Amino acid sequence: MTAFALERQARMTGLSDPMVPSPFRVQRVRRETYDTFTLELEPANGADGFPFAAGQFNMLYMFGVGEVPISISGDPTKPQTLVHTVRAVGTATQAICKLKRGDVLGVRGPFGNHWPVKEAAGSDVVIVAGGIGLAPLRPVIYYLLSNREKYGRLALVYGARTLQDLLYKPELEKWRGQFDLEVEVTVDTAATSYRGNVGVVTTLIPGVHFDPLHTLAMVCGPEVMMRFTLRELEARDVRPESIFMSMERNMKCAIGSCGHCQFGPNFVCKDGPVFRYDQIEAFFAKREV
Amino acid sequence: MTMETLERVLAEHPFFKGLERPYIQLLAECASRVRFDAGEVIFREGEPANLFYLIRRGKVAVETFAPNRGPIIIQTLGEGQVLGWSWLIEPYRRRFDARAVQLTRAIVLDGECLRGTCEEDHHFGYQLMKRVAHLMDQRLQATRLQLLDVYDGVRS
Repeated sequence: MTAFALERQARMTGLSDPMVPSPFRVQRVRRETYDTFTLELEPANGADGFPFAAGQFNMLYMFGVGEVPISISGDPTKPQTLVHTVRAVGTATQAICKLKRGDVLGVRGPFGNHWPVKEAAGSDVVIVAGGIGLAPLRPVIYYLLSNREKYGRLALVYGARTLQDLLYKPELEKWRGQFDLEVEVTVDTAATSYRGNVGVVTTLIPGVHFDPLHTLAMVCGPEVMMRFTLRELEARDVRPESIFMSMERNMKCAIGSCGHCQFGPNFVCKDGPVFRYDQIEAFFAKREV
Repeated sequence: MTMETLERVLAEHPFFKGLERPYIQLLAECASRVRFDAGEVIFREGEPANLFYLIRRGKVAVETFAPNRGPIIIQTLGEGQVLGWSWLIEPYRRRFDARAVQLTRAIVLDGECLRGTCEEDHHFGYQLMKRVAHLMDQRLQATRLQLLDVYDGVRS
C-alpha cells in the first residue's frame, strides 16, 4: 500500500483499527552512533500529535520492506512530535535508518503498558539501562525531571559497549550537570585517555545513592544484563515488587492476537513490555520461555 | 590521620566489615595514607605485589596493553573499592597496570607484612582470604558479563 493510499484509508477510518498504520512524515533525523538514529516524526494526515505513556512502543512500517516494534523515546509531555531511536540491525530497521526529512513511514500504536512513573511518586527512583535500552527509558527521565518535586533521589545508571556507542550524549552531559539527578555512565572498554568509568553496568549499582526500602527500580537492556542487574539490586535489598523491567520478544501484531511474543502466561505486546519482577520471577530465567 | 582514626576507617570499610577489633588494630599497624595525582602510575604489570589499596576518593584505572589496540582500560575502581589482590596470591606479581585517573586518596596496606601474619594466624588468614575470594568472585562475574558483549544485536 502506498503512503497516499494509507493516508486516505486513515482519514476514512479515523485510525480506529489498530492494525492499520497511519502515515507519519520524518521531520528530523539525528545520528546517535554509527548504527543508531533518532527520528522525529509528525502525522502526515493532519492529526494532532501522538499522546503516549513512557514505556509504550509503536509498530513502524517501512512500506514494501517490513514492520518492526520500536519503543517511543521522546518526551511524553510533548506529544506534538513522535520520537523513535532505531538501531539498524535488520532489513526493516536498516531501511528506517536511511529515511530522510520528508519521507513517510507507517505507524501503528501506541501499544503496551508503561513504566510506573506515577506509582513511583514519593520514592527514590533508580533507572538502569544497557545499550539501546536507554531509549525506552528516556521518556521516564523526561517525566521524572518535569515532575521532580514528587520524587526522592533519582539515579540513572547507564552502560554501553564503548564511548562511541553511548546514546544521547548531549543529554547525558546536561543531566549530569543537574544537581538533582545522579548520572553514572560506564563503558565495557576504553582507551587510556578516557576519564570515565570502565566496567559492566552492574558494577556501578553498589555505589549509587538510594534508600532500598523506598526505591523503585526500572531496568531495560539485554536480558542477560537485566539478570545480573537484578542480582545487584537484590544485594542492595531492593524488593522484587519494586523492580520493573522491559522485556523483549518477537512482537508482530502488537495487540495480543498472533501469539508471537508469548512470555509465560503473558503476551509482551499486550501485558508488557513492562513487567514487575515478582510477577515474572518464576519464569524469567527459564531458557525455554 | 591518627592510629585511632585509621582503625575507624578500616573498621568501617566494607572490605573489612565484621573483622574482629584486634585484627583491625593489626591492620592499622600495616596501613598508611597515600595520595596519587591524576595520571600517576600506582603500579605496573610484572612488579612485585606487596601492597594493596582501599580507595577513599577518586578513580583508578586498571590497564593492560593489547597488541594492535595499544593501552586499554579494563576496569575503573572508585570510592570504597579495593585495588589489588596479587599480594595474597603467589607469585605475588602485578597482573595489570594501575593508574590514577583523577586525584585519588587511599589507604595503602602492607600485604607482605600481612602475608606473614596470615601464615602465623590462620584464622586471620582465613578472614582475609574469604574477603579476597569474594572480591575475586565479583570481578570474575563482571569480566564474564563483559566477555558476553551483551549490547550487540539488541532491540531499539
